[in-house]
This record gives sequence, structure tokens and C-alpha cells, in this order.
Amino acid sequence: MEALDFARWQFGITTVYHFIFVPLTIGLSLLVAIMQTVAYTSKDPVKADSWTRLTKFFGSMLIVNFGIGIATGIVQEFQFGMNWSEYSRFVGDIFGAPLALEGLIAFFMESTFLGLWIFGWNRMSKKVHLLTIWLVALGTTASAYFIIAANSFMQHPVGAQFNPTTGRAELDPEAGGIFAVLANPTTLAAFPHVIAGAWLVAAAFVTGIAAFHMVRHHNRAQELEADTAAAQEHTHLAREVFRPAVRFGTLAMVISALLIFVSGDVQAKLMFQQQPMKMASAEAICEDQEGVPFSILTVGGPEAFKQNCSDVTHLIEIPYVTSILATNNPNAELRGVESLQKEYKEKFGDTVVNAAGETVEANYRPNLFVTYWSFRLMMGFAVFSGILAVWAWWVTRGKGEMRRTTGSKWFARFAVLAIPMPFLANSAGWVFTEMGRQPWVVHPSPTGDPMVRMMTMQGVSGHPDWIVILTLVGFTLIYGALAVVWYYLMHKAAVKGVSAPQRVTADDGAKQLDTPTISFGY
Amino acid sequence: MDATFLQILWFALIAVLFLGYFVLEGFDFGVGMNVFPLGKGDERRKKQILRTIGPVWDGNEVWLLVGGGAMFAAFPEWYATLFSGAYLALFVILLALIVRVCAFKYRDKVDSPTWKKAWDWMHFIGGFGPALLWGVAFANIVRGFEMEANAGGNSVITTTLLGLLNPFGILGGLTFVLLFWLHGTLYLALRTTGDLREDANRLAGRIAIPTIVVAAVFVVWAQIAYSHTWWTWIPLVIAALALIAVVPLNRARREGAAFGATSLAIAMATIQLFGGLFPYVLPAVNDDALSLTVTNASSTEYTLTVMTIATVVLLPIVLAYQAWSYWVFRHRVTGEDTPAPGSGIVGRVRDEYRAAFDTDDHRTETAR
Repeated sequence: MEALDFARWQFGITTVYHFIFVPLTIGLSLLVAIMQTVAYTSKDPVKADSWTRLTKFFGSMLIVNFGIGIATGIVQEFQFGMNWSEYSRFVGDIFGAPLALEGLIAFFMESTFLGLWIFGWNRMSKKVHLLTIWLVALGTTASAYFIIAANSFMQHPVGAQFNPTTGRAELDPEAGGIFAVLANPTTLAAFPHVIAGAWLVAAAFVTGIAAFHMVRHHNRAQELEADTAAAQEHTHLAREVFRPAVRFGTLAMVISALLIFVSGDVQAKLMFQQQPMKMASAEAICEDQEGVPFSILTVGGPEAFKQNCSDVTHLIEIPYVTSILATNNPNAELRGVESLQKEYKEKFGDTVVNAAGETVEANYRPNLFVTYWSFRLMMGFAVFSGILAVWAWWVTRGKGEMRRTTGSKWFARFAVLAIPMPFLANSAGWVFTEMGRQPWVVHPSPTGDPMVRMMTMQGVSGHPDWIVILTLVGFTLIYGALAVVWYYLMHKAAVKGVSAPQRVTADDGAKQLDTPTISFGY
Repeated sequence: MDATFLQILWFALIAVLFLGYFVLEGFDFGVGMNVFPLGKGDERRKKQILRTIGPVWDGNEVWLLVGGGAMFAAFPEWYATLFSGAYLALFVILLALIVRVCAFKYRDKVDSPTWKKAWDWMHFIGGFGPALLWGVAFANIVRGFEMEANAGGNSVITTTLLGLLNPFGILGGLTFVLLFWLHGTLYLALRTTGDLREDANRLAGRIAIPTIVVAAVFVVWAQIAYSHTWWTWIPLVIAALALIAVVPLNRARREGAAFGATSLAIAMATIQLFGGLFPYVLPAVNDDALSLTVTNASSTEYTLTVMTIATVVLLPIVLAYQAWSYWVFRHRVTGEDTPAPGSGIVGRVRDEYRAAFDTDDHRTETAR
């Protein structure tokens, strides 16, 4: 291990950690905005009351989650300069622009309107208050767009030329400039995939927590005498509050799953063209091959961990699937890791000069084990959401008086177990796409200026080891401590649940529900 | 090589973004530092203090993120060299900012004095630490760093963390701490009612004089020893006059004007520091050839043009809605609207809406 490895671990830990919370923020801000919209537009006072309670319930968790996303996001903004200063010098002319735009457009919007949403209930009309949460949702989504545009430049650089005088990559209006960067096909494929992934996280989160409470209230009602007030309250909470939330979460899961599937397919086809090495590594294809099957289980010998592709054995395979994944043609020929390695050595050289000015041997293969398994885990974790969606839809089926709730403890357990799965799928997806890009920090584009490329070892700052270890340990410890606090607070907010509405007498003598206000003054 | 119009413009814009950051986040830091001196261990007062910046601190902090992003986009060499060079200082600032964000969001989520006390400390550290270190960092930017050329021929900073703690750097840190503390205290006098308002007024009166003395020594030292131009005497004098005016304004209980005066002083001091730095962005004290300037650190004219158009369109919109959010939360924070201590968030909310609809219930809740 050397400073480069510590810097990479630091980037990986910060980014993966940040992106545990961010998808929930992106997805949940949208879902809470929809909840509040339903509450606002609903003519039925019971329905309006239920959705107001749900807005408030999930809103309190959104706030807890938002905090940690902001806190870890600050580090993201500065770590390019801290640990990757050579990279920042090389691509700053291009890469800085989407980051600055993200701040100007997205961060200002989400932070200002979040403050207005949390504290602003009795200071503005209900309509304007509703608008503030929509602007929060828009801001979080916009921030994903800009950071993915920046990341896509690292995956597939466009709109830029290498300038030999300054020795760096520069935005080039003749190659499309900033418009090419913002409309990078890689961005256009990755953005819907990431956003849908974020929706899935939030949808499974809402479904899981609502299912837990629905089952709990259903069972409490069963334990009590049917006509007591307490039993009616529990039945109300199960049927009128949490059942709609389960149905809503399930619908959101289905929509996001479809979008994930379609956008993922588009993205995979692009990657076979733009980064064939990443996909060859993800499928552990060693040599060029026709009609490539998709392997579900592959084992590797000790050599495989040294990125020697020939030491792997595919045990379970589905024929033709990888070729279809790549081109829609079952017999398509795909490139293998070893032949690409040979080609890259001819193209980019047998040796490379790193950031410290040392000449080292070039290896163009990513880590085989990590890319292969992270790709499969990403897809595998999604299966849980599929089962949850079908199960939840079934136990809550029925219309009118036949609207069902369930007291099945197994359903509640599974629903809660399914909550972390989309989080893990998101992390696995990022690990796959970032580790699969290695050894490049800016992967050369097969069609653009081949000089717009940089290997990770060339991008690192020249810090001594100890200094990077110190910050690595420091950030990791504080992240760990905050994760404990985050979990504790989320758990506390989630199990607290919602109180049943009461009929109260208003000032004018009319009976009405004690629907809460949507304000959170912390 | 002379600086182009766009290079000068972007140097000025980055100065403006940091100016916005220091003026806005400055009072947030000052409010955080007051958790103990003005909170006096009273939960109601502490809530009142933190509530004044609750809705706005996050938007204020974005000025830093945009400042950093703009530096990256417009002067990548500046961004890369400064943040890799001031590595450990930035690391400590980031840690402090992280715990501070969580202190805002998490302090009131658990009903336990130990929990709240722990986050109070985070508020204090999160206010004091970054104020001190931004002061040290900016003083050193103005003063210059030891630099060398690395393997790729780029200038890198070799000054260590201890090297940053030279007398001028320490004085810069002290100036920022006192200035932001005063700024935050005046903000509290402006935004609160009752005892807290009185105490904030009194505290501001006590710290104004030391702040004026320390800040005056710092800015005059910066001007004489490190400024590359004469005109920065003008913002320096304005900053000094504004700061001196705080004393009579605070005594006369002109809270809005007094807070306006510290805002002006911070803004003018920022202009003086950046103005005196120009055309350098990072001067090298050992060899001027290694210095980074607006010309050798900047992006291409094309990138600067793109960013200029984006900023001209977007920044006014941002300013408009941030101003609106300050307008929405313009009312003074009274001790009364902060809920009684000893109730969790959900329980508190339940009490609030029960109170709104059922007065009898409300009385029992309050009595308990």
C-alpha cells in the first residue's frame, strides 16, 4: 500500500458512504412531495388527514437523512483538490464547470427551500409551502444530474481536446464544448438509471416502514374488542393511513424498477462500446468470443485475484445472454480482457509515468473479482424489491369495503428486511462502475481525442503516506460514528409511527379532524 | 502576460462568493459560539439561540460549496494547489463542518440532557473551529506560501500545518473568530426578544473594543506588508469605520444598523484581502516564478465565458429566493414559540396541534 491506495480508499469510502444516504434523500423528497400534494388536493377530509400524517411522518425521516447527506457532500466538493490535485489540474477546465453549476443550481435550491419547508408552515400559504417541498425534490434531482455529468466525463470524455501547450484537457467549442459535456450520451443513460435507483430506495423504504405499521395496527385491532374506540383507532391507522402508504410505495417500486431495467439495458449497451474492458471484466470473458453466455456463478483460482483472467471457471451459465445484453444479437462477438489488454498496450504503451514522475509497467485490466461480483450483486439485491412489491400488492388488494390489510408477521419481517436491499444495490452499482473504470481516472473515449485520458496513478496528489492515512482514518471514524447516530435516529423516528386522528370541536363549533401542521421546528 | 477581462471578472466573482460566505456563515459561526456564553445552560435560551439560524444556515453554507466549485471551474490550478497544500487545515475544517451540520439536525431529536450537551459542544466547535481556521488560511493566502515545482512542473505548497501558524496567520485566525463572534452576537440581539436580546446587547458591547483593536492590527499589517496595490486602503478604512460605528450603534440599541455595520466591515475586509492579493492567487514567498496568478492558474476563455453566462443568469435568481427566505423568517424569535423542554419531537408536535384545537388539553400538557 502507498499514498495512491490510501487516497483511493478514502475516495471510495467517502463516495460510497455519501451515496448510502443521497439516494434516499433524492427519492424520499419526491415521494414526500407527492404525499403532501395528495393531502393538499384531496377533498375527502379523512384522506387529506391520512396523507398529512404520512407527509409529516416520512418528512421527519427525510430531515434526519438530509443532514448526513449534506455533511458528507461537503467533503466530496473538496477532495478532488485535496487528494487528486494532478487530476484537478488536468481536467479542471472541464470538470469544474458541472460542479460549480451543481452548487449554483441545485445546492442553493435544495438547502434554501428545505429550510422554508421545515420552518415555514405558518409563514406562508399552504400552496406556497407545498411548492417549497417540490423545489427541494427538484434541487436534489438536479444535483444528481450535474454530478453524473461530471462523472460521465471520467467514463467517456466528450467536448474536450488536449492542449499540448498547457499540458491539460480543455473544453473545446468545436467538439461541442459544455453542451457536449451536459448532453454526453453516458450522462443521458446514467442519469435515469441513478434517479430510478434512488426512487427504488425510497419506495422500498416507504413500503417497508408502512407495511410494518400496517401489520402492527391490524394485529392490535384484532386483539381488542371490535367496537371499542381503541380498536377503531388501530383499524383506522391500518386501513386509512398505512395501507394507502403501502400501495403508494409499491406503485413507486414498480415504476422505478421498470425504469431501472430499461435505462440499465441502454447503459450496458453503451458501455460495451465505450468501455469494453469494463464489461469484459464484469463477465470474466478472457478471449474474444461469439455468442457469449451470462454466468451466474464463477469461481477463480488464486491467480484470478492478480487479475489473471485465465484462472477462472464459469460454473452456471445462461447461453447468449451477455451477447444480447451487449448488442441485442445472441451471436455477437465480444472482446475479451486479454485481447483488450494487448490492444491497449499497443495503443497507450507498455509503461506509464505516474504522478511522482516514475516509469512503471502499465496494466489496463480492472480488478476482475470486484467488477464481476459487484455487477451481480447490484442486480441480485433488486430481486428483494420485486418480491416485496408483489407480496405487498397481494395482501393489500381489494376495493371499497373489500380493502384488505394483513396481520402477517412474516410479511412485516420481510418488508423490513427488504428496506436495505436497494441501498446495497446502489452501492454495488457505483463500486462496479468506478472500479470497472480502473486503471483510468479519465477513460479514453474510443471516438474522441485519445490524449484526453489519465490513469488514476497519474492523478493523485504528492502527499506522504502518513498524511493520507491520517485523514483516511479521521474521516472513516467520524463517518462510522455518524452512521450509528443516523441509524439510531432513523429507527427512533420510524418506529414512532403516527397517532390516530381525533374528532375535535373547532372555534365555530363544527366537528373536524385534528390534522397536524407540517412544520418541524427542530 | 496581462490578465484578460474574464480572468479579472472571475477573480472578483470568487471574492464575492467568499464575501457572501463570510458575511452569512460568519453570523452562523458567531451564533454557534454563543451556545455557552449566552445559552447559560438554559435549554429554553439555547433553543431560542439556535432557532434564529435554523432555517437559513444551510443555504448560507452553500456559498462555500459554490465558492469552491467556482474556484475549480475558473482557476483549476488555484483549487488544486490550495486544497492539496492546505490539506490538514482543510481536513480539520471539514471535520468541524460535518459535526456542525449534524448538530443542527440531530440536537433536538433525542430528549436527553447528555445528548443535547454533546451537540452543544459540536455547535461550539463547529462555530469556533472553522472561524479560526478560515482566518489562518486566508491570512496565509495573502501572505504567501513556500512552494516548489513537482514532477509535472506544477507549483505545489510545501508549507506545513505548523508553518501556517505564523504570527500573521494566528492573528488572522483571531480576527476572524472575534469578528464572527461579534457579528453573531449582534445578529442574536437583532433576531431575539427578552432577556436574551438584552444579554446579547451587553455581550456585544463587551467584545466590540477588543475586536476593533485586533482586526485593525491585522488589516493594517496585511495592507502594509502584503497588499500589491494602494486602493485597498479604501475598503480598509470603510471596514474600520464600520466596525468602530458598532460601539455607539450597539449602545443606542440600533440593532439593525449595528448588524449592518459588522456585515459591511466583513465585506470590506474581504474585498481588501482579495484586492490586495490580485493579480496573484497564491504567491510563493521563496521564488516569485512559482507563484500562481490569475493568468497562469485560470481556465480557458471559453470555459470562463460559459461560466459567466451561467452565473449572470443564475446568481440573481439565487439571491432573490435567499432574500425571500430571510424575509419569511424576519420575525424575532421569542422564547415562547420554542417548545417547552422535555418533550420529543413527535410528542411536541402532537401537543402543538392538540393545543391548537383543544384548549383544555393544552392546559394539562403545559402544566405537566
